[in-house]
Amino acid sequence: MIDSPTPQLSLKATGRARRRLFVNKAAELAALSAAVAAIAVLAILVWSVFSRGLHALNWDFFTKGPAVFGQTGGGVAPALVGSALLVGIATAMALPFGVMTAIFVSEFAPKKLGDQIRLWLDVLNGFPSIVIGIFVFTLMVQKPLPVVGWGNHQSAFAGGFALAVIMLPLVARATIEVLALVPNHLREASYALGVSKWNTVIRVVLPTSFGGILTGTTLAIARAAGETAPLLFTCVLAGQTVDWNPTHSVNSIPFTIFSYSEAPDENLHQQAWALAFVLIVFVLVSSLTARFLLERSRRKLGTR
Amino acid sequence: MEAASVPGTRRLPRTRRLGDRLGDSLLYGLTAFAAFLGLFIIALIVWRVFAGAWPAIQDFGIGFLWSNEWNPVVNQFGARDLIIGTIVTSFGAILLAAPLSIAIGLFLSELAPPSVRGPVGTLVEMLAAVPSVVVGLWGIYVLAPFSANHLPPAISSVLGWLPIFADGQDKVESTVFAAMLVLTIMIIPITSSICRELFLGVPTELEEGAVGLGATRWEMVKTVIVPSVRGGVVAAVILGLGRALGEAIAVSQVIGNFIPLKRSIFQPGDTLASRTASQYQGAVSNIQVASLIYLALILLVITFITNFAAQRIVKRFDLNRAA
Repeated sequence: MIDSPTPQLSLKATGRARRRLFVNKAAELAALSAAVAAIAVLAILVWSVFSRGLHALNWDFFTKGPAVFGQTGGGVAPALVGSALLVGIATAMALPFGVMTAIFVSEFAPKKLGDQIRLWLDVLNGFPSIVIGIFVFTLMVQKPLPVVGWGNHQSAFAGGFALAVIMLPLVARATIEVLALVPNHLREASYALGVSKWNTVIRVVLPTSFGGILTGTTLAIARAAGETAPLLFTCVLAGQTVDWNPTHSVNSIPFTIFSYSEAPDENLHQQAWALAFVLIVFVLVSSLTARFLLERSRRKLGTR
Repeated sequence: MEAASVPGTRRLPRTRRLGDRLGDSLLYGLTAFAAFLGLFIIALIVWRVFAGAWPAIQDFGIGFLWSNEWNPVVNQFGARDLIIGTIVTSFGAILLAAPLSIAIGLFLSELAPPSVRGPVGTLVEMLAAVPSVVVGLWGIYVLAPFSANHLPPAISSVLGWLPIFADGQDKVESTVFAAMLVLTIMIIPITSSICRELFLGVPTELEEGAVGLGATRWEMVKTVIVPSVRGGVVAAVILGLGRALGEAIAVSQVIGNFIPLKRSIFQPGDTLASRTASQYQGAVSNIQVASLIYLALILLVITFITNFAAQRIVKRFDLNRAA
């Protein structure tokens, strides 16, 4: 008995342990392939847009209006200008109100009220963008704007307002987060010097968080620039020429892609892809830059 | 005595006090006004959409929800198949996206080496930044033709005896199924990045405890991570669902805009949001416009409920974690 050979000891897993390790490997592989699949989709999407859109780009594309039906050539200058106008109007409305909302929540409101406002901002952010478009349609396109009596037709102003409703919760939420990162000792130091609250907010809190607010706004702009649904009922019946008048309805990049993508004309498909290229480059570059800057300003605030 | 050595102190206090009192209350008033303007806009949205839908509500009543006709010629409108289409596409997309998102979240929080996490996480989030109209354009010309030629025939040959998976051999391009795929692509970045945050938030001691007791990584995930953030994952999925329910543009580009709904998902269909979007220039009569707004109202109610539920779950979940 004593000198019977000891069982072979080995680190190789057998039986139950082997099965457990196998299941583990399978699960890890599944997780890895899910991540790879997601990135592959992004890569294929971006590659399709680049390969189909790039060769339709030329100088005329950026500077000319659409060609006469059936002819090749022509450009999308009205859509580029229109999008700039729409996003400009939306930013001018959403940025001040978003930042002020954030200041109220993080500097003035009691915690409970602040939480409530944050919750409702998230609810507003969750509204489908097509519903926002319908809302603006019923507010100032279908009928004149109540009280003011202005509108009753599609306009860049109406479209810009719809985009502003989309941007407002994004700007406000991003700013609330950045304001929360401003170290309290900066505020306290300011109060200790006898500076009033409003001066502290404007001279200490806002400058410290300026970078973060800027990047939050950039992300919101990137989102708004690509939104089509809010514009469908508020700002699509436009002429084919460059128009800077905000009371007129203007063309926009996303709507032009939408309508060209369903057009029967091959030339228009080309232009849709080229516009998609322009849009995707704008959106990806601006949101990547914004993210990078946000990381940096977070680190800066965190280590101070 | 010391004060006298500081120049200008005599003049400053009075002006500052008045200015500060004014400034403080002015800033308070302005920011409070801005904050409540946001709430006012939410109320205004609900009120205006309801008012805009009122003519259709008066005409068709609540029966609009289960009547199934969309006929501008005789001014008869109903939403049944659009509601069903919305629910089918969104839930189909969620069924595909939820497991994938959880897997991606796990990969990014537990498996990937730290040098890979950052870039891969950013790339997945970039997918969320792609505008829906671009996803739709890509859906029409790349995804839908590819899918129609490969996926539905394969699925039909195995599961074709189920009515919803029938007709895959027809190779129709604009289908409910294509809309599901597009929606899946659009919600994965949202749900997976929330999942990643949740998994990263699980205390390291718990994970180390499980591994120290001899659990494999998968067992650690299954017994420690997932149970401790289950509520959060549910909320993430509901948030993704809310996004899928409301997506109008990309869906209307690939779904084919056709009702009555067929039994198979490999046939064209329509949803509330995409019907509203596709009729932006086609509405002729007032009652048709009001019916479109009625659709938006239904959509508003559905997404309001889903989002509110998700927010409540997230909130409760945060409190549990803090306690």
